[in-house]
Formats: sequence, structure tokens, C-alpha cells
Amino acid sequence: MTDNSPILQKLRSGLWDDNPGLVQLLGLCPLLAVTTTFVNGLGLGIATLFVVTCSNILVSATRTWIRSEIRIPMYVLIIASLVTCIELIFKAYVPALDRTLGIFIPLIVTNCAIVARAEIFASRNPIGASMLDGLAMGAGFAALLCAIGAFRELIGRGTIMANLDMFFGGDPQTGLVIVDGGFLLAILPPGAFFSLALAVAGKNYLDQRRKKAPKPGERIHAR
Amino acid sequence: MTAGQDKQIAPKVWASGLILGTLAAICTALVAFTYSVTVARIVANEQAYLEQSLAPLLAGIAYTNNLSESTLVIPPPHALPGNGPAIVYRVYAGDEPVAALFVVTARDGFSGPIKLLIGIDTSMSITSVRILEHQETPGLGDLIESSKSDWLTQLDKTSLQSPSRDSWSIKRDGGVFDQLTGASITPRAVIKAVKATLLYFEKHRDSVFAVIPPPQDAATE
Repeated sequence: MTDNSPILQKLRSGLWDDNPGLVQLLGLCPLLAVTTTFVNGLGLGIATLFVVTCSNILVSATRTWIRSEIRIPMYVLIIASLVTCIELIFKAYVPALDRTLGIFIPLIVTNCAIVARAEIFASRNPIGASMLDGLAMGAGFAALLCAIGAFRELIGRGTIMANLDMFFGGDPQTGLVIVDGGFLLAILPPGAFFSLALAVAGKNYLDQRRKKAPKPGERIHAR
Repeated sequence: MTAGQDKQIAPKVWASGLILGTLAAICTALVAFTYSVTVARIVANEQAYLEQSLAPLLAGIAYTNNLSESTLVIPPPHALPGNGPAIVYRVYAGDEPVAALFVVTARDGFSGPIKLLIGIDTSMSITSVRILEHQETPGLGDLIESSKSDWLTQLDKTSLQSPSRDSWSIKRDGGVFDQLTGASITPRAVIKAVKATLLYFEKHRDSVFAVIPPPQDAATE
């Protein structure tokens, strides 16, 4: 197994074993609020991925200056500037998506998953590793946002990947219409909690099944 | 705390301040740079979005002026729906006023304010109505959005003469307008706001098109 290569291990940790949303349960406020459609999840996922990667790079680059008593203001300063930048970039290049995501773009500042990566990883590790950590954790968070967004859109509206034009331009697209209308509850707030609960339960189920029957050569994750 | 400890701490505080200050300068530079690169596109996007959202209300009306430059802000108190300033885009063909587009806020929706864009031509009939912002329940109240249902189109071409003033309400309240299944508060708020805007325009038509902002009149609600 190539499982032992550090890059793959890191990616695996971000996407699955230590997924910020599924396992660490961080950043749930935007996760629950925004994921009414796939394209919303994708938009916030990409924005968060960008911010967490850049903030990890910057925190790691300045880690020799960081003093423990002012580290939190430093993280906040770095993250807030990056978020302001990405908000401006969204307004300039994907205005329709910016209008849909609205306040949740500025609120990335308060996503505790990002401060957590700065504190736990980037402030103690070199730039390359921190960048990889940011990419892996951001990708894990983005993947979860997309998955929950797609699930809620399918159940709640009966479509998959509608309005992708908000991101990529072009004509308005309705996506794949499976059924007309849908089960409204899925796009209301309770649906967000149910969807997340199903995702966490599904992950734990898969992990447990794998632990019971480990394939030869695969390492067992004891947690 | 002794004087000796003070002396030890002071340099640390200065160093921390210096680090934070430097970092703040770097971060500000980063934001300033991004702003300078994107500002032109952002302004262009906002104007395009404004024109794009106003255009459906002006279907079939020939006009010549730049809408974003004909903005009139009516400060509160005014008789229009909403407590904040109301925005009016005045539409001219040459020097002749042909229509006015009102941005007003209905405050009596089911959840939160409903921001409406109401087009009225100079013969005092509605050209069209659009919902700009709302937080109504998805699947019920949000059917007022023209992308979700054609409920709003029943307001096209209406005026205070047709239907008559007394019939300007939803059917449940004895009027002529359809309500939405499972949601009557939202449609009621929209119809009420449109009627109030028509009444305002009828009374203040000349001052809306005057160059000077219109005289303020006390809220009647």
C-alpha cells in the first residue's frame, strides 16, 4: 500500500480520518446554514479551502515571530485579511454566488476549523507541511459541504447540481431534475442537522466495519 | 510587582506591539492590493446587476436615461412601506418622465422584511413587481419570488382603478388577488406594500420627478 507516503496520509487524514466537519465537528455554523444546494456548498467549500490554505502558509511563515501571548490576535488578523480578499475576489468574479452566500463569506473569519489548524498545526510546522495540511483539511471540509449540499438539494428540491452557472458562468442551468418539487424539510434547518447526523453515522459505520475485518497489510486505525 | 519585573516585561510588550503592528501593515497592504485589483470589476458588476434587475420592469417602455444616475432617495418619514430610506429610479424618455421604479420594504411579512421592486408607469399602472430580498419560508411564502412561481404576475398591468381601491387585497380579505396555499401573511404584506406605493406615487408624482427631492410628509401608518 502506498498509504504510508506522508502526502497521501495527510490527505487521507483531512478527507476522512480527521475530517474537520465529520470528526472534529468544527465550523458547523456555516456547514449547516449554507448547504441547501450543491453549488452553495461548493462555493463556500472553495472559499474555505483557499482561506485555510493561505492562513496556514502565512501563520507558518510568521511562526518564528509568534509569541504565545499575542498569537490569537495574529491569527485573527491574518484570517480576517484573507477573508476580506476572497470576498472582494468573489464579488468581482462570481457575483451571483456572492449574493447567494451573502454574510457567510465574511463569517468564514469565525470558522473555528481555520483557527484550529493555525494553532494546532501551522504554528509548529514548516511552510510546505502547513500548506499541505491546509489543502487537506480544506478539501475535507469542502467535500463534506458538497456532499451535504447535494444530498439536501436532491431530497429537498429534487435536482442535482442546479445553478452551476453561478460559478462557471454561461446560461442558467437547472441541473438534473429528478422529480419536480421535493421534501421541503431537507432544505429547512432541521434537514441540515439530519443530514449531518446521517453523514457522521455513515462514516462511523464504515470505519467500524473496516475495523472488524481488516484487510491484510492495511493498518488499523485505533482511536 | 517590583520595579525589576517591570523592566523585564516592558521590552516584551514593545516587541509584541511591534510584531502586531508589522503584521497589521502587511495584512492591510494585502487587502489594499486586492481591492485595487478588483474594484473596477466590482463596480461594473453592481451596475450590471442593477440594470439587469430593473430591465424586466421596463419591458416595452422606451427610455433613454442611465438608471443608476437617476436615483432619488426619499428619507424617512415617508408614506411608503418601510421605515428606512426608500429608493426611486426615475425613468425618462428624453426629458419626459415615463416610469418610476420604487424599492420599498414590507415590514409585515411572515419572517423578516420583504424588499420589493415596484415599477409604475406614468399612466399610474404597475409595469411589474419583483422581490429583491426576503426570508419567507422556502416552499410556501417564497413562492412570491418570480423564479419560483408566477404568483407575482397577477399584479402586472393593475392600477388603483382596476381593480378598484377597495379590492386591493387578497381573496381571503375580500379582495381580488390570489393568495398562496398555506401562506396568506406573505401575499397580504406584498399586496399591501404595492398598494401603498401606488397611493404614494398618485399623491407625489410631480415631486418624484422634480429635480429637488420631494417634501417629506408624515407617515400615515
